[in-house]
Amino acid sequence: MTPTIVLPVLIGGLYAAGVYLLLDRSLTRVLLGFLLLGNATNLLLLSTGGPRGLAPILGYAEPEEMSDPLPQALILTAIVITFGISAFLLAMIHRSWRLVHEENVGTDEEDRRVAARSGLDADELDPDDLAPEDRPAGHADSLRPRGGPGTGVPSDDVDLPAASAR
Amino acid sequence: MTGVLAPLPVLLPLLGAAGTLLVGRHPAVQRALSVLVLVAVLAVSVVLLLRADAIGATAVSVGGWPVPLGIVLVVDRLSALMLVVASAVALGVLVFAVGQGSADGSEQTPLSVFHPTFLVLVAGVSNAFLAGDLFNLYVGFEILLMASYVLLTLGGTASRIRGGITYVVVSLTSSLVFLAAIGLVYAATGTVNLAQLAVRLGELPAGTQVLLQSMLLVAFCIKAAVFPLSAWLPDSYPTAPAPVTAVFAGLLTKVGVYAIIRTQTLLFPDGALDTVLMGAALATMLIGILGAVAQTDIRRILSFTLVSHIGYMVFGIGLGTTAGLTGAVFYVAHHIAIQTALFLVAGLVERQGGSTAVDRLGGLAKASPLLAVLFFVPAMNLAGIPPFSGFIGKLGLLRAGVAEGSPLAFVLVAGGVVTSLLTLVAVARVWTRAFWRPRTQEPGRDTARAAAVDAGPDTVDGGSSGPDDADPLEALPSRVDDRRSARQAAWARHTQVATAAEPDDGEGLSDDDIHPLPAVMLATTSVLVGLTVGLTVIAGPLYGLASRAAEDLGDRTSYLTAVADATVLR
Repeated sequence: MTPTIVLPVLIGGLYAAGVYLLLDRSLTRVLLGFLLLGNATNLLLLSTGGPRGLAPILGYAEPEEMSDPLPQALILTAIVITFGISAFLLAMIHRSWRLVHEENVGTDEEDRRVAARSGLDADELDPDDLAPEDRPAGHADSLRPRGGPGTGVPSDDVDLPAASAR
Repeated sequence: MTGVLAPLPVLLPLLGAAGTLLVGRHPAVQRALSVLVLVAVLAVSVVLLLRADAIGATAVSVGGWPVPLGIVLVVDRLSALMLVVASAVALGVLVFAVGQGSADGSEQTPLSVFHPTFLVLVAGVSNAFLAGDLFNLYVGFEILLMASYVLLTLGGTASRIRGGITYVVVSLTSSLVFLAAIGLVYAATGTVNLAQLAVRLGELPAGTQVLLQSMLLVAFCIKAAVFPLSAWLPDSYPTAPAPVTAVFAGLLTKVGVYAIIRTQTLLFPDGALDTVLMGAALATMLIGILGAVAQTDIRRILSFTLVSHIGYMVFGIGLGTTAGLTGAVFYVAHHIAIQTALFLVAGLVERQGGSTAVDRLGGLAKASPLLAVLFFVPAMNLAGIPPFSGFIGKLGLLRAGVAEGSPLAFVLVAGGVVTSLLTLVAVARVWTRAFWRPRTQEPGRDTARAAAVDAGPDTVDGGSSGPDDADPLEALPSRVDDRRSARQAAWARHTQVATAAEPDDGEGLSDDDIHPLPAVMLATTSVLVGLTVGLTVIAGPLYGLASRAAEDLGDRTSYLTAVADATVLR
């Protein structure tokens, strides 16, 4: 059996990156960290199977040449569990985000104004000639923050739902 | 016969979960089905316990494969006893939840996901108790954790999502540590079967053994909430609906304790880490109970006493003697029942008084004498007042500690006594303030509306009454906050039925506005409290059973021969 350095380094790197991400307050990063840690653990399980061998199918290979099928079965189970938990975590992140942010699709005021301006092709207008409220949404002047504090930067910070509880 | 019965505590709730999902549109059928399933599980567990006590450990290999290959389920005295107590408590909580649901008028908009998830939780707990190999134990943990994630975030309110995220991330971490430990155990020994591990782990070098043992212990200690891995528990448990908190408090941490007992006795009987466990037990007891004394919310007080009393069980395990294990096993059984009963009573207090913050409660003893009795008896039991089972369990542990005789054991004995005393302080404070003092002395009478709002779905988090929770963001007035609160009010109305633990409306409380408690909830809680008193009555036989279970654990041969002779079930 020839020991390989690739797997330990890969596992170690994944664990380090996963732990780093898991310690972040942002939930999306926590999820990514969990996925990395899950993959690191799966690789660890894979490496417990010993050296590589042929597919463990009776009649295809002799038992001595087969690779160990049990870690692979364990990994399959672990992948399924990780998948289910990731889906749940995503749902929770989404719910947490919705609790902090606007969840309704608001009226697009800009679109209303554009629709009301009849007779002119919007492409032929110079935005700077228009009144500020008639300028397109992407125009530099209209990039001021709307709403109160906290709306400027979307965040899925873990603490915000608690702040909004009262 | 055990061969046929052993898979049933796992199989029945899983099938029941599928059934309750199918009849999700018919709440009455759903309720009847889930209660029926748990009654059946309880009956099977009782039969298993009687057989296990009569003939010793038995094992069954499911899936038609012989022993090292198939999935082994082992029924010995310990696992059967755990099954009986767990299914009895689960049944009680389910009936309580049914009573709460019908009292809140969930007939119209049933929360159809509760019953299937609850049954899946029971299946996971049973699977963990019965598991005869390490990976099946992991699967059992994952089943119950997955169900607990859903139950904890039921309704998706802000506080529950916040508490839920802590809980989920911590549980995920512990699961990953456990999985990595399984990988390393397999790499070192070439098996995950507990009985084979018991033989092969002993042949490993001491350093490898300690590494594997400590990894497994870290994973289980997070689940059992042993200090310093316990901070997640008081943060997340109090936010859930009352029945959910009750069943979590009763069962989930005890599954971790069970796993610690198995690891320490079956896999690593040398006791290499016993000193570490004893130190952790002492810290858990003292720091947990000091936390409880500092709290002012009943649910948070109970969560902290839960952490604290885990220390007693770890103390018993750490002693490593048969007497210590006997005490630990007895204490687990006692504590499952007592903690569940107390959390259910906290749910009733919340209905009656509109809050669980002791500062906002008063005069409950006069308003509802029965509720007062229901709180008083298990509270004294928890504190370890004679003649209750809590006293017997603590006495057993303390005697085991004295018999062991090492200086560390004596320190722990002293710590145990202090913890018991401080527990009495914590519950007595709840009693004098919430129950005993006249309602007129209640401060914040004019903020009764605030109290009612406080009990609303978004702020069930007990921390809202804590002084350390002042939030700078709150001071920023803005349109966003207005919109946010309007949305939350709408969401609160939306989920009122779902969360079910809250008062019917946001109106203020007055003296003649005391909600009558629903009969089913009251009756269920009474039965559970009766069960805890019953544990005192049957303490003699139960202690004998715990002692025989502990002897089995110390001996190991009955477990090993049982697995070797396992029935293959096709």
